[in-house]
Amino acid sequence: MSRQQTPTRSDARSGAGFDRPPTLTKAMSNAPGGPVDRNARGWYPKVAGLVWVLPALVVLAVFVYLPLVQNLGFSTQEWDIYSGATEFVGLENYEKLVGDPVFWTALGNNVLYAVLSIVFQVFAALVLAALIESLRSLRWRKALRAIYFVPAAISLTVAGLLFYFIYEPNLGLLNHLLEAIGLGQLAQPWLGQESTAMLAIIAMSQWQGFGYSTLLFAVAIQRIPSELYEAAALDGIGHVRRFFHITLPLVREMTGLMIIVTISGAFQVFNEVMVMTSGGPNNSTQVLATWLYRSGFVRNDFGYAAAIATVIFVVTLLIALAQLWYTRRRRVEF
Amino acid sequence: MSRLGFLGAIGRVFVWSFLLALVVVVVYPLLWMVMNGFKTNAELFGDPFALPLQLDWENYVDAWNRGVSDYLTASVLVTVTSTITTVLISAWAAYGLTRVRMPFGKVVSGVILGGLMLAPAVALVPLVRMFQAMGLYNTFWALLILYTAFRIPFTTFLIRAYMIDLPREVDEAAEVDGASRWTTFWRITLPMCKPILISTVLLHILFAWNEYLFAMVFTSGTSIQTLPVGLTSLMSKHGTDYPVVFAGMVIAALPVIVLFFATQRYFIKGLSEGIGK
Repeated sequence: MSRQQTPTRSDARSGAGFDRPPTLTKAMSNAPGGPVDRNARGWYPKVAGLVWVLPALVVLAVFVYLPLVQNLGFSTQEWDIYSGATEFVGLENYEKLVGDPVFWTALGNNVLYAVLSIVFQVFAALVLAALIESLRSLRWRKALRAIYFVPAAISLTVAGLLFYFIYEPNLGLLNHLLEAIGLGQLAQPWLGQESTAMLAIIAMSQWQGFGYSTLLFAVAIQRIPSELYEAAALDGIGHVRRFFHITLPLVREMTGLMIIVTISGAFQVFNEVMVMTSGGPNNSTQVLATWLYRSGFVRNDFGYAAAIATVIFVVTLLIALAQLWYTRRRRVEF
Repeated sequence: MSRLGFLGAIGRVFVWSFLLALVVVVVYPLLWMVMNGFKTNAELFGDPFALPLQLDWENYVDAWNRGVSDYLTASVLVTVTSTITTVLISAWAAYGLTRVRMPFGKVVSGVILGGLMLAPAVALVPLVRMFQAMGLYNTFWALLILYTAFRIPFTTFLIRAYMIDLPREVDEAAEVDGASRWTTFWRITLPMCKPILISTVLLHILFAWNEYLFAMVFTSGTSIQTLPVGLTSLMSKHGTDYPVVFAGMVIAALPVIVLFFATQRYFIKGLSEGIGK
């Protein structure tokens, strides 16, 4: 296959001597009837190549791409769940979407999720990673990175349930903690009221996820040559300026990727909301995915659910294209 | 100079207290969860900061008998099988994309890796109808297929990136000795990919063990509930018997935490390679 790259190896395969010039042996091995590489003859190698990727292609086509296309079709239909009949309704589901206040609440919650996650899981995590990497003890650096990551290893379901109990007014840690430090008047049913429920869920999510991005930033910072820091230290440049003038510019690519990944994740939030509030109270914590689930599988309005899915598709696709554009650009080089 | 040293010392104290406070914020809720698994309901509603009065495994046994053993079995089954199918299919695809010339190679890699961009929720409604029509709704097969399908792009991406950097000379030497592509793949290429294969296996285990959306939609109301879904039904079924729920949460969380600490190096490698997708 790679005859051009390593001609001498092909020589051996075709029985020719190592001392022959590559062009000559190439001509020889391609000679009709000669002792040729069986992978380079006729239609067989081409089809044989596809065999390797065929399982992946089939599985993806049937279970990922086909449903995606079907979803677009479904979003223009209305189902009668009793008769099972479908009716083409054009863009009616999308019109319903625009006029649905819960949809806008959900979209707003996704945006809030994205913004707060960028603040904590990107920028705060970056500062935290820089603090960890500035420690002298390697053992402590390792230990801290690992400990902070633990919540990301346990499932969002476990973390969500755990914080459901932490926020719980009777037995929960949070209210008891506030009382213990004399702030008892701040105690409240965190998940039970519209004003705090969404923020409480997002706070849990930051607790669960910050160690993950901290770990990735720490890896990126480790790749920065230490001579840069040593030279800066010799010049009497302090920690804060070193962070802004060395660390920050050199982890820019990781920062950009983390922002994109975080936004994309924020528009797919489902698990923690489902576990902690199921979208309540009074739909105040609905996000796009939970509203999709409720519309489709509780209220059996499949067409409407498909329309919400299309919105998620468009948003995540745009973010993914931004990511593609970002990674294609020249990488930071040292 | 001494003033700067003084400020530096203050700064260090500040940094350390911040980092250690954050350790408490992370670890204490987890310890609280473990301790609550040992408490009685009365203790739980008494003083939430108190240590359990006895180290009694009753709640853990209770949780185990009230379904957690079934959830655990289902989770292990789905995780193990989908890890095997995903990593195998992805490794084949990665080999094809990096070592074999094929027609429409660019299109093929675009189709496989393009799957990275798609959110599972988008396909949810059609998938439910498809699996209902195929008679696979509410079965183990639904999760096996979906976990495989939606993780192939990511897993292929990781293995492919690793295979690109492997020297081709070794493969070619094997072929010179008369090995078929199939043999070369199993005996030469795959063993050389061991580090990235371990990373992808670990990341897939983490995913499959914790996945909730598909597990909830495709297996609610059956005997094949995985832990994340099982825990929520444990919660709703047993009302206020919270210590049992805590015990179930610990049983669900422990395996992945142990796995993470045992294999950190590979985890970190996989994660940092994966982010650059």
